[in-house]
Amino acid sequence: MEMSLSGGRTQTIESFRTAELLRHARQQAVARRYADFPIVDVDSHHYETDAVSAAEIIEYINDPVLKQLALSASQVGAKNANGSKGLGILPSGIAYQDMGGRVTRYPLRGFEETDGKEHRDIALTKRWMDAMGIDLTILFPTMMLDLGFHPQVQVEVELAQAYNKWLVERLLAVEPRFRSMLYLPFNDPEACVRTIEEFGDKKGVIGFLVTSARMKPVHDNAYARIYAMLEERGLPIGFHGNYNWGDVSFSTMNRFISVHSIGFVFYNMVHMVNWIMNGLPERFPKLKVMWIESGLAWVPFMIQRLDNEYKMRTSEAPALKKLPGDYIRDMYFSSQPMEKPDDLRILETTFRMINAETQLMYSSDYPHWDFDLPSVIYDLPFLSESAKRAILGGNAIKLFNLGTVPKMAKI
Amino acid sequence: MAEVHVGTLAEFGDGDRKIVSSGSVEVGVFRWSGEFYAYSNICLHQGGPACEGLIMHQVEDVVSADRKYCRQTFSQTNVNFVCPWHGYEYDIRTGEFVGDRKRKLRSYKVVTRGDDIYVEI
Repeated sequence: MEMSLSGGRTQTIESFRTAELLRHARQQAVARRYADFPIVDVDSHHYETDAVSAAEIIEYINDPVLKQLALSASQVGAKNANGSKGLGILPSGIAYQDMGGRVTRYPLRGFEETDGKEHRDIALTKRWMDAMGIDLTILFPTMMLDLGFHPQVQVEVELAQAYNKWLVERLLAVEPRFRSMLYLPFNDPEACVRTIEEFGDKKGVIGFLVTSARMKPVHDNAYARIYAMLEERGLPIGFHGNYNWGDVSFSTMNRFISVHSIGFVFYNMVHMVNWIMNGLPERFPKLKVMWIESGLAWVPFMIQRLDNEYKMRTSEAPALKKLPGDYIRDMYFSSQPMEKPDDLRILETTFRMINAETQLMYSSDYPHWDFDLPSVIYDLPFLSESAKRAILGGNAIKLFNLGTVPKMAKI
Repeated sequence: MAEVHVGTLAEFGDGDRKIVSSGSVEVGVFRWSGEFYAYSNICLHQGGPACEGLIMHQVEDVVSADRKYCRQTFSQTNVNFVCPWHGYEYDIRTGEFVGDRKRKLRSYKVVTRGDDIYVEI
């Protein structure tokens, strides 16, 4: 493939292999003896809009009219760098994750060869898992994270149904190293109920996911049944961060770095404050709540900010029986993208404030541009060996009742 | 210290780079504007193959004399190589991490003898 470069130059790249790109990750895994303990990655992604998966998912769309729209769009649209025309009916936002090609796996991943013996997404995912020493991963889609802002609620419902069924049948039923928290079409509460009923006990389903970039109040009574169902089933609910440049809140921001850095925490901040101030932790005390892909720096801010206001305005949140920060410390957090300040005492304080040794779970976010290796946790000087192993796997094993996780990564 | 043969001048065009190793040490050797540079291939961020990504001119904001933003452009002189894992950019002439120039990749000495190029690792 010929890559365009600055100054009108080009660079020809003959091949792309994940194992080669990540050979330093494998060296880290060997040096740190990851073979000695299980590593669970609670947030990674595949590209459901790449050619193989997109074509399969479209076949799972029930609505004949939407299916025809998707099929037609996938025939007339332009191919992306990976030879796919995508799902056709997804919202298409402005996205510069690849940094103009600098993060080369974006433009090159379509050229990676697989032998066809297993589903391409399974083969590609296990390659990076093996390189990093990861045994289990909780797999999420990529472009569908934008669906919460789709102007047609029925599109979210249909695509969620199609994707969930495809994921359960084609990936989770087949690959023992994959798990997922299935996509809830949160703009339609009744559809969420049907989703939990249909898929809640399927192999590999260990929770349900709200893609956070959307304008729905989590405290709406319409969601009470959903939370009760998940609480009864012992299935965690996760809120996965995202950005939306089309949201008026970000309309003054003129750079992707601005929208991405704030967007990925913004919606989770909104949902968290609504969740707590409306007393949902008291109404659903056994429902386990997890915040995904917002990093960690926002959490100490929320604890301090909400505690401070609550102490003055207690009468506005009468359902609370303890400080907001105490509820936050009962919640769970994925680690990536973990902000790593030069002064590690700041991060150490963050870990202490969120009870990281029991509430924090490592996540890679691979193959996205800001992924984290397990070493971002393992190399922290203020953690004991047992704390490292808890964050890298033990906490997820407990939260999701994963049982005994053998070492499956081929390091 | 080992002297590792990188290649010959004839096979090393301007803008080319090669990765060589000695034991467990990987070094990226660049030729840019006629000069050779060599740096550790371990990114300061998370250990990615820092020298194996794209070579891109530095992006700059253009600001007018009355301090108004005009546009962005590529620098005519400053050039970086970019770690393909996360986009960390390094100045090809110094090995400095462009996001924080107090930090830099370890550099290695490049020696040319006749038509052959060596790096001291």
